[in-house]
Amino acid sequence: MRWLWIDRVIELVPGHRMRAVKHVSLAEEHLHDHFAAGPAGPARPVMPTSLVIEGMAQTAGILVGHSESFRHKVILAKITRAELTEDATPGCSLFYTASIERKDPVGASTAGVVELADPGSREPPRRVGSIDLMFSHLDNNMQGLEFPDHNFVFGESFKTLLRASGVEWSA
Amino acid sequence: MTRDEIFQKVRATLVDALAVDEDEVTEDAVLTKDLGAESIDFLDIQFKLEQAFGIKILQGELFPEGIAQDPRFVKEGRVTPEGMELLKQKMPHVDFSLFAKDPSIARVGELFTVRTLVNFIEAKKK
Repeated sequence: MRWLWIDRVIELVPGHRMRAVKHVSLAEEHLHDHFAAGPAGPARPVMPTSLVIEGMAQTAGILVGHSESFRHKVILAKITRAELTEDATPGCSLFYTASIERKDPVGASTAGVVELADPGSREPPRRVGSIDLMFSHLDNNMQGLEFPDHNFVFGESFKTLLRASGVEWSA
Repeated sequence: MTRDEIFQKVRATLVDALAVDEDEVTEDAVLTKDLGAESIDFLDIQFKLEQAFGIKILQGELFPEGIAQDPRFVKEGRVTPEGMELLKQKMPHVDFSLFAKDPSIARVGELFTVRTLVNFIEAKKK
């Protein structure tokens, strides 16, 4: 997890629920390409939906990994359902809340809610979608494939995120 | 719960898990070949069946695990007679008659039809 798509963990109920926030900034280069100005009209920078899904995957993946003290290599295996009704534009904040629905030694399923806070509005964050995911515990995969011993999924950058958020875990 | 009621619920579960049309889910449909299921879908189906029927399915109870990696049970890509016995014993809900004629490990996925799931739930609910 070297490319972080969440800025801070706001709440963590171990093994149950995690809430994280992502602030969308015009300083992020990808916003200038999505969507760039062209014959169809002027630039319309929005957070790509694929990266919103990645943000939820990181939120839910950390929740699942934390529940086992990061012993497992937790890999996103399936986007069960993803529905988003609004775009996030620069200055907006995306709130991801992921809950573990079911977990066993092979993997886990999570349900997620996406909320959007617009700085131009005084309203609290409003729900703009849901993203449900499946995760696989790589070392217990059904095909019996083998992977390196070290946990390459949860690397140093994600630990920095957790420490900065005040999240603790047992080694 | 009648067998037809179980089938209807299994069908709804597969429509949800695999994004297939209801009429594609017949009792004979093979989860992999006909309905496009991949390995992670088997876990998704297991979780959804547990929820739909209010049951607990143990690891390896519905779908086999750890057999392909054991040289006693698989030799040169084929399930050995010993492996076949273990599979039959672990999974009484599966019909092995066609598979037994060509027990290639690559064909294990074909063992799982919609009927297999209905059989499994029916036995579990008894």
